[in-house]
Amino acid sequence: MAQALEADPTVEMILGMGTNEPRVPLERTEFVRADQTYSILNRIVRATQVDTIVHTFLVTNSVQVSGRNLHETNVIGTLNLLAAASAGGSSVRQVVVKSSTHIYGASEKDPAWFRETTPRNAPVRTRLERSLLEVESMVQDFKEDNPQVVVSVLRFANVLGSDIVTPISTNLRRRVLPCLLGFDPLVQFVEEDDVVRSLEHVTRHRIPGVFNVAGDGKLPWSEVAAIGGAHLLPLSPVSTGLFAAPLVRLGLIQFPPELEPILRYGRGVDSTPIKETDFVFRYTSAGAVDSFAHANNLRRSMGTVKDGYRYEQDVEQFFRHSPAVVRGIDG
Amino acid sequence: MQRVTTDALPTPPLSGPSRGVAKRTVAGSPAEPAPTAELAPSTGSAGPATTSTGSTIPAASTGSTGSAGPAGPATSTGSTRPTGPDPTMSVLPVAIPQPADVPRDDPRRSDVDEWGRSEHLRSIVRSVYDPVYRHWFRVEWEGLEKIPTDGGALLIANHAGAVPSDAPAIMHGIERELGRPVYGMADYFFRTIPVVGTLWSRAGGVPADPENAYRLLHDQRQLALVFPEGTKGPSKSYTDRYRLRRFGRGGFVEIAMRSGVPVIPIAVVGAEESMPILFRLPSVAKVLGVPYFPVTANALLFGPLLGSVAYFPVKMKMRVLDPVTFDVEPGLDRYSKSRVMDESERIRATLQDTLHDMLRERRSVWRG
Repeated sequence: MAQALEADPTVEMILGMGTNEPRVPLERTEFVRADQTYSILNRIVRATQVDTIVHTFLVTNSVQVSGRNLHETNVIGTLNLLAAASAGGSSVRQVVVKSSTHIYGASEKDPAWFRETTPRNAPVRTRLERSLLEVESMVQDFKEDNPQVVVSVLRFANVLGSDIVTPISTNLRRRVLPCLLGFDPLVQFVEEDDVVRSLEHVTRHRIPGVFNVAGDGKLPWSEVAAIGGAHLLPLSPVSTGLFAAPLVRLGLIQFPPELEPILRYGRGVDSTPIKETDFVFRYTSAGAVDSFAHANNLRRSMGTVKDGYRYEQDVEQFFRHSPAVVRGIDG
Repeated sequence: MQRVTTDALPTPPLSGPSRGVAKRTVAGSPAEPAPTAELAPSTGSAGPATTSTGSTIPAASTGSTGSAGPAGPATSTGSTRPTGPDPTMSVLPVAIPQPADVPRDDPRRSDVDEWGRSEHLRSIVRSVYDPVYRHWFRVEWEGLEKIPTDGGALLIANHAGAVPSDAPAIMHGIERELGRPVYGMADYFFRTIPVVGTLWSRAGGVPADPENAYRLLHDQRQLALVFPEGTKGPSKSYTDRYRLRRFGRGGFVEIAMRSGVPVIPIAVVGAEESMPILFRLPSVAKVLGVPYFPVTANALLFGPLLGSVAYFPVKMKMRVLDPVTFDVEPGLDRYSKSRVMDESERIRATLQDTLHDMLRERRSVWRG
């Protein structure tokens, strides 16, 4: 995201925040290490007078973190972020939030396509969904209290790509895709390239609103396995969690609780509104799976190449601020 | 001038200045160590540390990932895929017309559409069901020409039989005679049953939901079949046969109004006797979580399993009534409830009268 923004000369300054160091070379992004809940964001906003905050840090994968950390990052992190943005004399004019279509849940009563305004039918059972609902309601309140701020919320379908690790992508990489015996739901995907481009799109054009972001079309789960070259591992449709637990424990599959209803009923979201803002998807749902499968084939044949970049604080400081560096030559 | 804060890990480039490859994005994990970069497009940017291996790999990666454009999978990638010749390739669509703008290298492997309907499976079902349709039920149609060969229409019919035999017969008949698909809308309860739910969806079943119906009828101009009685139709006992239940809340009229399509009622005679319900066991239904649990004559004769698919060889007759159009502006969010209920009741009365007529003319349940 930061690299995408760096390419735009009208963006004067980019500030990256995270708990980890950046993994890619950045030319002019200043990086600040923050704790999980962004408690220092308030000071940063005041000190730098930024006008746009892109909140891409919501955890939408409950395998990654424990329930408590999930709450800390999603709910408390967003709370601090919005507090910083709405503080007196705040310079913030736009907030972009990366959410997930997990917010719709999945149940048998669902329409084939969720629109942004369609209410969810499934009861809220998982921590992840609860935290996302809480975050979006906070964002909604923030929007009402701060009419001068452009608020954009993007709800992404299942993301596939080489850099984002999700339970589905992990399973696809291992070439074992869990499914529920007798169910073959229709699912959607979005390529990570489209994820970045859509975030950049709403940020650059300051487009307010809530948008679903999912590649065109839907495909059955069995076809995901076929395109991805994975084997389907049927789980019992009753007491699924019980049967899945030992396999998860053995590290064979990833099966977070929010995945089960999707494997049962699938989920479709209508991304017509974001397309009406002139955003063009590069990948369809099937295209995203296909592209991921190709990258995966290559990885299998050639192994994983270590990223050639490591963030070194003092080296970066040298390149950015030392008068000895001649700027404007290589980048 | 914009000043931008991104509060996540900065990530790799959208695209290097000279390449169209763009495949990376924000990774939102605060706790996990960075997943190592994929082979794919990592060289583009002027990274200070491109290792020697790094410089050789991307040449291969650009070729085979093909992420920049619609270039098809390279032949070499095809051979590395260990699944071999894919069995689903033989399952490609038979007769469904493809829209013109589908890219040539469509990665899709099956012909399952966005509703879950598969023309391939549907054609198998058709070939299996056709003898049943012609020789068992000996279905006879009247007024089939009233169903349009083009454009959306909402078909409604009376609903009967413990495991209703009318829906497959109507869908099969119209697909056979008119050559266009019919989406059968049914209670979402079906989706919860393993195998059955999936097969039902592949065979053209869609959960009855106003949003789904609108999209089918208005956006895609398809035929949708709805049973306004809902589960109250097939769950009624044999003693109540051919007595139409309440037509829900008239939702079907509202959908047709909003979509701007006609309602075409179809009167079905025969389905009631194909699997008559002697009595119901509400307590069993409650335990199983199903809408109703019938004890049918078929189940008593053939046992519970066979009895739920073994229909009596009744003669089925279908009569298509005149399409009902509504003189209202389509696309509104809400329509006058009294108007909707009036129209619904009128359609119900017409259908009931037609059923009476057809039953008067019928001389034998078995021979029609």
